[in-house]
Amino acid sequence: MAREIYQAIVDGILVGGVYALMAVGLTLIFGVLDIINIAQGVMVILGAYLSYELAARWHIDLFVGLLVTVPAMFVIGVVIQVAFIRPLRGRERTSMTLLVSFAVALIIEGILYQIFGADDRQLSASYVTSSVHVFGFYLPYIYLYGFALAVALVAALYGLLYRTGFGRSVRATMQDETAARLVGININRVAAITYGIGVAVTAVGGMMFGATNSFNPNSGYDLISRLLAIIILGGLGSIGGALVASVFMITLESIVDIWQPQWAIVVFYAALVLVLLIRPTGFFGRQPVRAQ
Amino acid sequence: MSQADPQGRSWRGPALATGARAVGLAALLAVAVAFPVIFPNPVVTNYGVFTLIFVAVASAWNFFSGFSGYISLGNAVFFGSGAYALGIAARDWHVTGTGVFALLPLAAAVAALIAVPLGLIALRVRRHTFIVITIAFFFIFQLMAYNFSFTGGSTGVDAPFLPWQAQTYNNPFYYIALACAVGAIALSWLIRRSRFGLQLRAIRDDEDRARGLGVRAMRVKLSAFVLSAAVTGLVGAVWFFYLTQVQPPSGFDPLFDLSVVLMAFLGGLGTISGPVLGALIIEPGQLYLTTTFTNGYLSEILLGAVFLTVVLLVPRGIIPTGGEYLRRLTTRGRAAIPAAVPAVPQAADPAQVQEAQH
Repeated sequence: MAREIYQAIVDGILVGGVYALMAVGLTLIFGVLDIINIAQGVMVILGAYLSYELAARWHIDLFVGLLVTVPAMFVIGVVIQVAFIRPLRGRERTSMTLLVSFAVALIIEGILYQIFGADDRQLSASYVTSSVHVFGFYLPYIYLYGFALAVALVAALYGLLYRTGFGRSVRATMQDETAARLVGININRVAAITYGIGVAVTAVGGMMFGATNSFNPNSGYDLISRLLAIIILGGLGSIGGALVASVFMITLESIVDIWQPQWAIVVFYAALVLVLLIRPTGFFGRQPVRAQ
Repeated sequence: MSQADPQGRSWRGPALATGARAVGLAALLAVAVAFPVIFPNPVVTNYGVFTLIFVAVASAWNFFSGFSGYISLGNAVFFGSGAYALGIAARDWHVTGTGVFALLPLAAAVAALIAVPLGLIALRVRRHTFIVITIAFFFIFQLMAYNFSFTGGSTGVDAPFLPWQAQTYNNPFYYIALACAVGAIALSWLIRRSRFGLQLRAIRDDEDRARGLGVRAMRVKLSAFVLSAAVTGLVGAVWFFYLTQVQPPSGFDPLFDLSVVLMAFLGGLGTISGPVLGALIIEPGQLYLTTTFTNGYLSEILLGAVFLTVVLLVPRGIIPTGGEYLRRLTTRGRAAIPAAVPAVPQAADPAQVQEAQH
């Protein structure tokens, strides 16, 4: 039994790393644009289908294919931000952006159904099915590679945010949009690029998700609800919080999964509710803004 | 009563306005009552039943979320709970035939009871976090419906059989749904007119200030939340009995949540006629699209595309624009009485925000 728990913890950390990448994209978008991107889940699935197409049609390796899918998702993100989210202004902006991203999710989901149908798919490659034996644990190569890539990308995002001029603009916008504009930051550009980056990471998340789970166009709902739970638990807008919460939640889920597989996901949400009862702002959340 | 609109009433021929409005409402109600007689075709009355069901749930959603500003994306929890409550009660207590209708209040009570703890947890947080928690509740309930044995797992629950003629089967349901819709609208109207409704809107505008002025925010929010849940649960039970079955994905349907919010937004958030109008536009449209394009996905794309187009064409949101237009329509050019108070700050606000954004 102890073995199984250790294995569950290791799995949880590895898978949690990938969720962290997706969650960081979501929480970054929230921090800068003050919107919850409901479409993030279905965008992950879109990323999975892009990888699937590249692999099935042109026999491009999953990891090499990311060189195509990541920029593609970045462009999709920027287009969505400029076309649908930037025009929204005024008092009901929060709810409107939420609904817009829900509408975008519906459209993407519908298009995916139209093209690929409702059949379950899974990405395949030699390293998806084989695993390595380390310290008595069986670790599939895909988890190791994916975890390494996720860690590298999260580190790169951290570097971008904390070591570059652009990152300073992003953080300034997160703290106070009006003040950022006053010191000459181009808010529109920052918002569009941030949204693009937040969406681009879903290409990596989608490839990993597609390789480790079977998916269909409807899988996005399950994903987005997990990601939302993670970023709320970590504290909205907190990147470190998203990392901690991802690993915590996925590990918890995989431990419960040993005994009660069908209840694992309920424990996930129950943990969210419990934590919020004690800390309404999540692990690392800032104090809620006054007025609405 | 008069606190909600201290101005306005005195200088706009109130008797005439109220009279014209009453005549208009009576005419609308008469059309709604006569509808199954004029169009006895079951296909048409089927549209009527579903549309009225959504008029009721959109109104119920609106008198909590629209008035208080706490956007709930989890009302399907109460819709599904009402449906399951009726189904399980009828199954376990062996209630058959029209006797099942007597269980409808039970469905409302179950939904209200569920709403109390959920509200106590969710209403502690605001804005995005509240929205996400309601989504989390929604998924918890869908999963519970799948996993518990008394909910019948993925096969769900079936309703008792009604030995009615196919030709007129829909008509009793039509009138029950109409009663629910009228009840929900009347409840919205009563709430909006009351001190309670005023407190809800004070919470929407600035919760901290409202608390400072003596509004017991938690109690007010929770009451509205529970009331909204009760109506939604009742209508969910009617919906279930009409369809004769419920499964976890149909009772707890994410599209239900989205549709209800969309209806309220399209018509005008926080107004009484808004959600009604939204439901009257969206639900028949959705039904038509799903029956025309049998694969169902095209209707999803179109629904999303229509919504995006509306938002793009009315960039500051449909609420002020659509709401004002709607009010102008219903009052035929006269200034609307309820609009008199919020119209001034609302008109000033987006302009300021827009200036600040550019």
